[in-house]
Amino acid sequence: MLKVNNIDLQYGEVQVLWDVSLAVPEGSIVALLGANAAGKSSVINALSGLYKITKGSIMLFGKDLSKMEPNEIVDLGLVQVPEGRKLFNYMTIEENLLLGAYAKRARKNMKNNLEKVYTIFPMLREFKNHLAGEMSGGQQQMCAIGRGLMAEPKLLIIDELSLGLAPILIRDLLQNLISINKSGVTLLVVEQNVKQSLAIADYAFVLENGKCILHGEAAKLAEDPFLKKAYLGI
Amino acid sequence: MLLLQTLIAGLLLGGMYALISMGLNMILGVVRIINFAHGEFLMIAMYLSYLFFIWGNLDPYVSAILIVIILFFIGALTQKLLIEPIIDKPAPTKIFATLGLSIALQNLALMVFDANYLSVKTSYQTSVVTLFNLSISVPRLLAFVVAILVVIALYYFLQKTMVGRAIRAVSMQRTAAHLMGINVKRIYMVAFGIGTALVGVAGSMLLPIYSVFPTVGASFVLIAFVVVVLGGMGNMFGAFYGGLIIGVVESFAGVLISPGVKEIVYFIIFLLVLLIKPAGLFSKGKGSEEVGL
Repeated sequence: MLKVNNIDLQYGEVQVLWDVSLAVPEGSIVALLGANAAGKSSVINALSGLYKITKGSIMLFGKDLSKMEPNEIVDLGLVQVPEGRKLFNYMTIEENLLLGAYAKRARKNMKNNLEKVYTIFPMLREFKNHLAGEMSGGQQQMCAIGRGLMAEPKLLIIDELSLGLAPILIRDLLQNLISINKSGVTLLVVEQNVKQSLAIADYAFVLENGKCILHGEAAKLAEDPFLKKAYLGI
Repeated sequence: MLLLQTLIAGLLLGGMYALISMGLNMILGVVRIINFAHGEFLMIAMYLSYLFFIWGNLDPYVSAILIVIILFFIGALTQKLLIEPIIDKPAPTKIFATLGLSIALQNLALMVFDANYLSVKTSYQTSVVTLFNLSISVPRLLAFVVAILVVIALYYFLQKTMVGRAIRAVSMQRTAAHLMGINVKRIYMVAFGIGTALVGVAGSMLLPIYSVFPTVGASFVLIAFVVVVLGGMGNMFGAFYGGLIIGVVESFAGVLISPGVKEIVYFIIFLLVLLIKPAGLFSKGKGSEEVGL
């Protein structure tokens, strides 16, 4: 479904990604792991078209995304839930969700999708008229995921789901992700939290200093001695 | 009675200031550009209204519809051709770009129309309605009513339509707007267009009251900057109330002290607001001046 082939990325003079390749098969959950500043967000912001890569290609359903505008990429079905939620803080929860359906493709089914999102996260329906900026971290993350789902993603990228959330909330949200995946949405989960991500992922890639240093099936990676030592602390 | 009369005169004047300032603030809040050519767009609207009147015998209130549409496209094109290429450049570049446009347009007007004060003669120009012993000028009242209607329409547009929501989304959180599939470049054009269309309305409503000359925009846009700071940068409806306040202040300063000191009075207010509440009187708290609400 998504193939990232040997991409380089530079911010001005500074190169942040070297020859990174990824593959996300349709229907799977893929984890992109790595420490802070390893280049994870740079990879997915390149996927979303916020930054233009300097080398390589990004193919989604056989189309090259690397020259496209961010809104064209959303139209193709690649949707990102950004790190730190980045909600529209002075708008209500419902307005945030409706804006998720801004893409023409998603606008037709806006009402149905809103109902679906409210079924997955009943909390959002309860607080739909509250300002997004006044909600708790967990509720904001639900709203951010819901907003992403409103765009009818084929591939949903979730950046740092667990950032600043209580462990019990993270567990619930991960369960939500599994059911979202079962409903037919391919997921790319970007995380510092290696253990929890490997538990739900089928496949994982590990980034370090802007290079992809390791990849494989999640179950196998969980047993990898290097990964255990470097990220799991055992 | 004099006080009430002064209050009403101030409010009616404030409606125009509100329109001009809301346009300026929309461009500031969404595109993050301080448009120094805003006053010149007002000048263009007034000259267009004048030309429609002279050549087409169109009443300024009728040609207003055409002028709003023309000004929308002038604004959208300014964004596309002048601002978009320099959007990632440092602030001074953008300041010089719009300041340059302002000077160029003023001199163009000077070339085409000379420095003469031009005005139109209409039958209703001097007509007055009398309510409870208060006399109210008809064109000023009309201008105010139109300003209020435009503000209400704008409110519904921003709150209830998808494009309106997208405009607010871009001003609040540009990155997320990109990620939600909003064509941000197009939203910039729409916002610049609407901001400019608002001075189109103002220009059309002003022509039956004021004369037009090449630098007519300067005096109005100076007030608009005061209003924007007063109401909160990027805060659309703060600019509306700010406009009314400055109108009333100006009116009272003129009556109670002297018409010559009105600028002094509102610039003192401007400085006080900057010192005491720099986010604006109507800001929704720290950081909200950044989000355009």
